[in-house]
Amino acid sequence: MLSAFTPVIGREVLTAARRPSDALGGLLFFIVVASLFPLAVGPDPALLLSIGPGVVWVAALLAVVISLHRVFQPDLEDGSLEQMLLSPSALGVIVSAKVVAHWLLGCLPLVAVAPLLALQYGLGPESLLALLASLLLGTPTLALLGAFGAALTLGLRGHALLALIVLPLCVPVLIFGSSAVSAAGQGLPVGPQLSLLGACLSLSVFLCPWATGAALRLAVE
Amino acid sequence: METLRSSHSATNPRGGRGARRWRQLASPPVFHGVAGQLVPWFAGLAAVFASAGLVFAFGIAPTDHQQGEVYRILFIHVPAAWMSMFLYLVAALHAALGLVFNSRLSPLMARAVAPTGALFTVIALWTGAVWGKPTWGTWWVWDARLTSELILLFLYLGYLGLVNATDDPRRADRGGAILLLAGAINIPVIYFSVQWWNTLHQGASIRLTAEPTIALPMLAGLLLMTVACWAYSVAVALARVRCLIAERERMEGRA
Repeated sequence: MLSAFTPVIGREVLTAARRPSDALGGLLFFIVVASLFPLAVGPDPALLLSIGPGVVWVAALLAVVISLHRVFQPDLEDGSLEQMLLSPSALGVIVSAKVVAHWLLGCLPLVAVAPLLALQYGLGPESLLALLASLLLGTPTLALLGAFGAALTLGLRGHALLALIVLPLCVPVLIFGSSAVSAAGQGLPVGPQLSLLGACLSLSVFLCPWATGAALRLAVE
Repeated sequence: METLRSSHSATNPRGGRGARRWRQLASPPVFHGVAGQLVPWFAGLAAVFASAGLVFAFGIAPTDHQQGEVYRILFIHVPAAWMSMFLYLVAALHAALGLVFNSRLSPLMARAVAPTGALFTVIALWTGAVWGKPTWGTWWVWDARLTSELILLFLYLGYLGLVNATDDPRRADRGGAILLLAGAINIPVIYFSVQWWNTLHQGASIRLTAEPTIALPMLAGLLLMTVACWAYSVAVALARVRCLIAERERMEGRA
């Protein structure tokens, strides 16, 4: 049953390695968006310190969303999605592997770069740690919800619809993630927020692969 | 339609008469007829209760000693806010029924209810803003209640966008149902989560009825308006589902 897990991830990584510009697009978008805010709201350090956690989190969310349409679209176009649906492996396993690959390629680089951006906003060491922890816990949920939205809108017209569907579902993650960083900056405990992020992740791990699989079957039928 | 109804009951010997009649309602052609008979009744009910409610709202209910006349927007604002959340749950319930029992009517009902829910969400947000300007001094505050209502509007719009962008009716029905259910899980999460967010704007006057009790005529007006909004929603949803049934029949006839 689980034998499909690693090959799917391997295939995704190989595809991304051959076309690195696709995989790096989200990362560059993340950096550019986060760098635009100081230009727009002004370089006042106190202001930047207060909006920093939210800006980094929103930028990460947008960066995840803009690359979502590529999760299943190439597979639909070259027919490999139908092969996945026909394969003896459970669809949930394949979907989970796709999401893990998407997280490794699209989200992990964001987590790696986020401390640099946070330094630009003047966040302290506690905030940096909280940011890393919240992104590590939160971005897998975003990837799971995003894959669900991508499967629902697969082959439909308009990418704006994908964002409209995914962004409201991501609101809790955004709230808990940015408030964890803010709380750390004020010297408050971040345990509650991180626990809630973990709860969101557990719920998504449990439900999203199933829902995504159902949506994929509908898309291919 | 009569022939369809009798043949249906002939093939279904189980259950009593009442149970059989309820199950027949799940058949779109039967429901089309029943809904057609019900629409004028609920529309009339809505008109009667709205008139009575408005008499209470503008005639009988006393002026609030803190807010003056402005508070009277509550008579549309509160029912609209209630309906916006209730109708989402109704739509999600129909979506779940459609997924579980694969009934043909349920996704159409979900689709018929959702625009009314979105409309009430807009009304609640808009009247809230109009109310907020004179009482709070601002059109918008990012507090828990307002933000969760805004997210609810986005959920409605996402569902309507998805259903309308999908040409294949089966995919639209089931995909929309899955999305509605996902959003339903999100509603309580959103509602509670915002308590952690932006604590500065918390507290005080989310609820303007936070006075220990409200005067009896106010309560009567509020309840009458709520029943009116409820009857209006039923009438509009039934009228809309009749259109959807006819549209679906035509589509299947062509296919």
